[in-house]
Amino acid sequence: MRRTDAATAKRFRDTVLPCLDDAYTLARYLTRSPVDADDLVQEAYARALCYFDGFSGGDPRPWLLTILRNCFYAWLRARRAQQGEPLPDPDEAVAEATADPWGQAPEDPEATLIRIDEAAVVRSLVEALPEPFREVLVLREMNDLSYQQIATVTEVPIGTVMSRLARARLLVKRAWLARQAEEK
Amino acid sequence: MSCPDKSVLLHGMLDGELDVVGALAFEAHMKECPACAAEYQRQQAIRAALRRSELRDRAPDALRRRIAALADVPAEPWWHRLLAGWRWGGAGAAVLATALALLLVLPGGGEDLTRQLVDSHVRSLLAEHLTDVVSSDRHTVKPWFAGKLDAAPPVIDLAPQGFPLAGGRLDYLDRRVVAALVYRRREHVINLFVWPQPGAADAAVTEETEEGYRLLHWTRSGLQFWAVSDVDLSDLQTFQAAYQQGVAEQGAAAH
Repeated sequence: MRRTDAATAKRFRDTVLPCLDDAYTLARYLTRSPVDADDLVQEAYARALCYFDGFSGGDPRPWLLTILRNCFYAWLRARRAQQGEPLPDPDEAVAEATADPWGQAPEDPEATLIRIDEAAVVRSLVEALPEPFREVLVLREMNDLSYQQIATVTEVPIGTVMSRLARARLLVKRAWLARQAEEK
Repeated sequence: MSCPDKSVLLHGMLDGELDVVGALAFEAHMKECPACAAEYQRQQAIRAALRRSELRDRAPDALRRRIAALADVPAEPWWHRLLAGWRWGGAGAAVLATALALLLVLPGGGEDLTRQLVDSHVRSLLAEHLTDVVSSDRHTVKPWFAGKLDAAPPVIDLAPQGFPLAGGRLDYLDRRVVAALVYRRREHVINLFVWPQPGAADAAVTEETEEGYRLLHWTRSGLQFWAVSDVDLSDLQTFQAAYQQGVAEQGAAAH
């Protein structure tokens, strides 16, 4: 860990600091807790400052969000190890959420979506998604990253990003329809 | 039911990620396939709901200030500017400036650091920020650091010597993220700050006092150690010796 000289600090403030809301938003959806999100963002920024030499320019968000995401999984592993829970295998989470194949789910073809006006409800639908789907959906809809940028952040091929995104939206739609059915 | 094989196209269309040819092909498909057209509409509705600004979070101001402080470089010391102004002011001024610089520079950095260490120690006692990882088990504390720092500090169990481990946390000192190990001595707390300084020569223990707190500083194997507490000097020295002995034993066991 080096000391930061004035020029680097200024460049860091000018490029990475404006991404704070993006980082905080992703952290909120990943941790599902304001307190943990706070810690996660602070840690990610401390690391980003250390590694700032490695930032090659361009849009700083994918670079910063990659660091934040890595911090999140390190934190999750440590926390689960502490609580004696095994870390779910991301592939298993994917397999579980994709267990029922396309088209097999009972679905009313006439079903139309009633507007859900409560943001809190929409948030809870997103927060209920398994991590691999939650992260791509948040990176796409809340952080507004391109498929290519999401592939960089999540370290998976772009085809996987596309199929996870499709799956994430299908899961949200089903939860939404289920909620509507309950309310009727 | 929308066409399973069109799912990726549908979402690519929604996200504006299709090229012109792909977009035209999907539009043509939607004209012939009401199921896909309906699904596209539904997904647009979901997308509009997800993109509402209330679903994006604004970082709290306190966090914003802390982050800004990370990249905050202290203003140039006043005597620097003074020297720059005097540089061409003749030999007399240069001598005076040198004398002044010597006076000011020599105690400089060290005092500032001990002050920061004591501040951090006091802060850790005031807030509920004493420990980020609460555990008396070094096998829990050490891996917790490993994910967060380039070099995890040696974590030694000193309960048998009367210094039970309370946990650890990350702290920010002297413009770097450092590890703080928290030990207890009866009702007192000892913060042991550790950070790497590659290439630093080993240095024996030195004592300092700041605002009534005692500090012990030593350098070993490229790591800087600062123990800060309000316990008696002899207790802190016992702690230091026990910790360093533990490190040596751990090192020997590893070989």
